[in-house]
Amino acid sequence: MFNSYTENTLQYHQERCINCKRCTEVCPHGVFEEGEKAAILKNKTRCMECGACALNCPVQAIEVQSGVGCAWAMIGAAIRGKDMDSGECSCGGDSGSCCGD
Amino acid sequence: MSEPCSCCSCQGAVSDSSCTVRSTDSTITLANRIDHILARWGYKRSDHRVQPGLYTLGTPNADSPVFASANYTLSFDILRSSLKGHDAYILVLDTKGINVWCAAGKGTFGTDELVHRIESTGLSEIVSHRKIIVPQLGAPGVSAPEVQRRSGFRVVYGPVRAKDLPKFLKTGKATKEMRRVQFSAYDRLVLTPVELVQAILPGVIAVIALWFLAGPVASLAVIAAIITGTILFPLLLPFIPTKDFSTKGLILGFIAAIPFALAYVSGPALPGWVQVAGAVVPLLIIPPVVAYLALNFTGSTTFTSRTGVKKEIFRYIPVMAALSGTGVVIGVALGVLRVMGMI
Repeated sequence: MFNSYTENTLQYHQERCINCKRCTEVCPHGVFEEGEKAAILKNKTRCMECGACALNCPVQAIEVQSGVGCAWAMIGAAIRGKDMDSGECSCGGDSGSCCGD
Repeated sequence: MSEPCSCCSCQGAVSDSSCTVRSTDSTITLANRIDHILARWGYKRSDHRVQPGLYTLGTPNADSPVFASANYTLSFDILRSSLKGHDAYILVLDTKGINVWCAAGKGTFGTDELVHRIESTGLSEIVSHRKIIVPQLGAPGVSAPEVQRRSGFRVVYGPVRAKDLPKFLKTGKATKEMRRVQFSAYDRLVLTPVELVQAILPGVIAVIALWFLAGPVASLAVIAAIITGTILFPLLLPFIPTKDFSTKGLILGFIAAIPFALAYVSGPALPGWVQVAGAVVPLLIIPPVVAYLALNFTGSTTFTSRTGVKKEIFRYIPVMAALSGTGVVIGVALGVLRVMGMI
């Protein structure tokens, strides 16, 4: 109840993993853990879909639809009649509070 | 501050700004601190920039480490001040004055810009090694395998927080703890000014409008809702029940609305049903306003996924609209009845 964050788009194909450990290096939420022969998908629900793991995986063992989880940007895009997923985080712009530091 | 390019391989005239190695130090001056405060308050948000390019820190040589950073003053300053006493190169990418993590999300702190800066500064002629330390939070924009293919430089991701860099340099590796992003009370506190500044313009309009339409108590309710949504909500975030930001906001907004509801009930002698109807108005309007501000805070946090935020938008925006819409209808009806002299 009242938890919209139980699912996300992260997919891990462990059989492709060459155990380079990049994903454990880049993930800021400890979603992946080092394993003996391959990385282990340890905490899937903690994923914030930043896409760092997929982008840095040399063998495409990880897939995720990355994007910024920012309501401000998505609502703004929806109001302007654009695709919600195209909503750009406005940080640094003249307005918009998206993003911390 | 800048000196002409000393590397011969750097083609082009001295006037080419990318063809310059600048120097910097680890000192944070008063002017830097003032700049940081202004940045935190959102004053001229895109103007807190550093010139992109290569910088020397201390007296680096061909074996010294190279650190990548963004051309946002807060990012650059935290890096150079954390490296006090170290000799190093800092490669500042052009992220349009945006911090590392946000710029990585947009892709401006990314593979293309990193490869471009490595080439345009002639970095491979300046250092003998082929290793560049990139902040871990830059990883959503940087593909290490591709950078290596295209530039020959191996990306090593440094810790999340610059303050862990001395330890990282000593041991050559980041601990699990250093790799995890936090969202401490301090992290949340420094974000509140920008949140507040954002809500001020619509807030002032609402305060003035309601002053004339519904009186000073209603104006005060607007101020309370904005402060609750932009300052109290970020600070209390982990302590408010439920996981969703919208429901957290509804709960906090309901608490903030209680004094205003009580003010109506204990107000001037009016028929009982009018008092109840008057008390219901803030209870219907303040929670969704706070919830909306709360939901918009998702973009400032370090952990909300797009899938989840989208789900929240579809789930709760209709609820917020229904609650506030009902509240406005009741409020307007009461106002009309009062003007007509019926209550």
